[in-house]
Amino acid sequence: MIKIVKRDQPSRAIFFFTPVLAIFLTLVAGGLIFFILGFKPFEALKFFFIVPIADKYGFSELLLKATPLCLIAIGLSFCFKSNNWNIGAEGQLTFGAIVSGGVALLFYEQEGFYILPIVILAGAIGGMLYASIPAILKTYFNTNEILVSLMLVYVSKLILDYLVVGPWSNPEGFNFPETRQFSDSAKLPLLFEGLRIHAGIFLALAAVVISWFVFYKTYLGFQMKVSGFSLKTAKYAGYKGKKMIILVFLISGACAGLAGVGEITGPIGQLHREISPDYGFTAIIVAFLGRLHPVGIIFASLVVAITYLGAETAQIFMQIPKYTGQVFQGMILFFLLASDYLLFFKIKFIGSKK
Amino acid sequence: MIIDINFVGLIIASIMASAVPLILASCGELITERSGVLNLGVEGMMIIGAISGFALMTVTGSLIIAIFGAMLAGVLISTIFAFLTQTLITNHVATGLALTIFGIGISAMIGKNFVGIPGKEFPVLFEGLKDTLPLLGPILFGHSIVFYFAFTLPFVTSYFLKKTKIGLIVRAVGDSPESASNQGINVRLVRYACILYGGAMSGLAGAYLSMIYTPQWIENMTGGRGWIALALVVFSTWNPIKILIGAMIFGGLTIIQFHMQAIGVRIPVQFLTALPYIVTIIVLVVISRDSRKIRLSTPSSLGKSFYKDN
Repeated sequence: MIKIVKRDQPSRAIFFFTPVLAIFLTLVAGGLIFFILGFKPFEALKFFFIVPIADKYGFSELLLKATPLCLIAIGLSFCFKSNNWNIGAEGQLTFGAIVSGGVALLFYEQEGFYILPIVILAGAIGGMLYASIPAILKTYFNTNEILVSLMLVYVSKLILDYLVVGPWSNPEGFNFPETRQFSDSAKLPLLFEGLRIHAGIFLALAAVVISWFVFYKTYLGFQMKVSGFSLKTAKYAGYKGKKMIILVFLISGACAGLAGVGEITGPIGQLHREISPDYGFTAIIVAFLGRLHPVGIIFASLVVAITYLGAETAQIFMQIPKYTGQVFQGMILFFLLASDYLLFFKIKFIGSKK
Repeated sequence: MIIDINFVGLIIASIMASAVPLILASCGELITERSGVLNLGVEGMMIIGAISGFALMTVTGSLIIAIFGAMLAGVLISTIFAFLTQTLITNHVATGLALTIFGIGISAMIGKNFVGIPGKEFPVLFEGLKDTLPLLGPILFGHSIVFYFAFTLPFVTSYFLKKTKIGLIVRAVGDSPESASNQGINVRLVRYACILYGGAMSGLAGAYLSMIYTPQWIENMTGGRGWIALALVVFSTWNPIKILIGAMIFGGLTIIQFHMQAIGVRIPVQFLTALPYIVTIIVLVVISRDSRKIRLSTPSSLGKSFYKDN
């Protein structure tokens, strides 16, 4: 007989084990889906998860995709820890890219060491500005941040579309929906000859270190944790709830904005219509899979980044539709949430003899 | 300039047609939320409904199978959500987001083979009566059965919640699952049912888009309508009749956008496309500002998990 018993307190070992279990279950379910679609499951999984990162170039691509995911997820972990549902990071990324791209275009054909820092800062500020909208509406007008931040994603993409087609489009660009190339001083330097991985990865690593410090070594981090557990307790302790909400939104907006900077000032070096393959949404999964822990998020961003690469490789070699990547991402989150059941409940096998 | 009265009628009819998917999905989600469950997966369920309806129509050739199949697909995908949130007690917001991401991926995967295939004509009712009445003729007659169903649904939903015993049970479960449970109501079962019903309505909304409104399959064709439907539920302060008003406003914004482009108003097309999203935000702010009113009308246990030791 099987009996389910509620645990007295969540198990810490299982807390870090369930993400691994979720990834395993996703692979099993993914193999099953490939089988249903008429592919050989093991071969498909190999093309999805191993082939893309088997060489130096593939590994660089993995880091390239993991960088924005990690950066955004770190920012989101501030929001999610304190129970603020910012799901519009994609919009904050886009707006950050717009602002930093605009600044980079101001320095068109100019060189100087000071340009890149200004461009990066502009992206962070753009992301913060955009994130402040749902934050302010939530704190002062009681408006649901989930819906507002999401609606703003659509708006930001339309603003970007307007700019690259209209006023900011390259005058010599034969009406392609893109801006002029940024000057070299406005671009993040590439790290290795022939690879696309760029200095943006240091921004992500800095965010990891800073967030770890804030979460575990400062009073602010403690306040965030308490507000996340119970708003009532936080109020009772006299924490400034409204300031906290705005602060966490600004932090996550800045991170998303920086991810946007990385996307346009990295290998591409211009603004165009589609700057992000939904990194902002996927980063939500990364944040959860990483257990809202800075180190966990690093691993999670690498795992989820593979789904992007795998989808591309599988499409080229096996004609598996590239959306399989999204299916995998959704499944990871499903399985992760499901295996959290084990955190709170024990499954006991009771022998029939007794 | 002479305004043709029948032209006005046609515009109103087209506004109503674009309101249909919003009404269907919102009314479904309203029942789900009234039982205390916040399902953010409307967009995902809708897109699954859209591809299922279109695919079944193309493969089987039967419109009836396609419509009911799309609803069934909505039910099936929402079963995942129900199982996770009700049986495994997962967080509603995160699970709903996963459902949307998963739904968009799966729909694009299935839909790959259906891109570019022309749709079928969907039969309309009372076509002959269209010209018998000025203004009202095009508004009342010549629409699909789903159209008429959608405009009846808010009234039926309102009656169901207010006047029937099951409606009362749904509200009780949403407002106070503990006391409902003490009264011997199976909270989990009621919530399961409400989630699956929401899935069926979102599926139907999607099928309307891909089979009737713009009869073809386009990736991501729901384009945020699922999220607007969610916003409409807040807008309505959980009152089905007000969903009708909200859906007409948003339908109107969509249609005005087409007409402004057609008569060559010099506003960037991106701004017009962004209008429904911006208006949603403004409307949400106006509605939510009065926090007392929102608190009174929101189902008290909305989004909170319920667990009972047995």
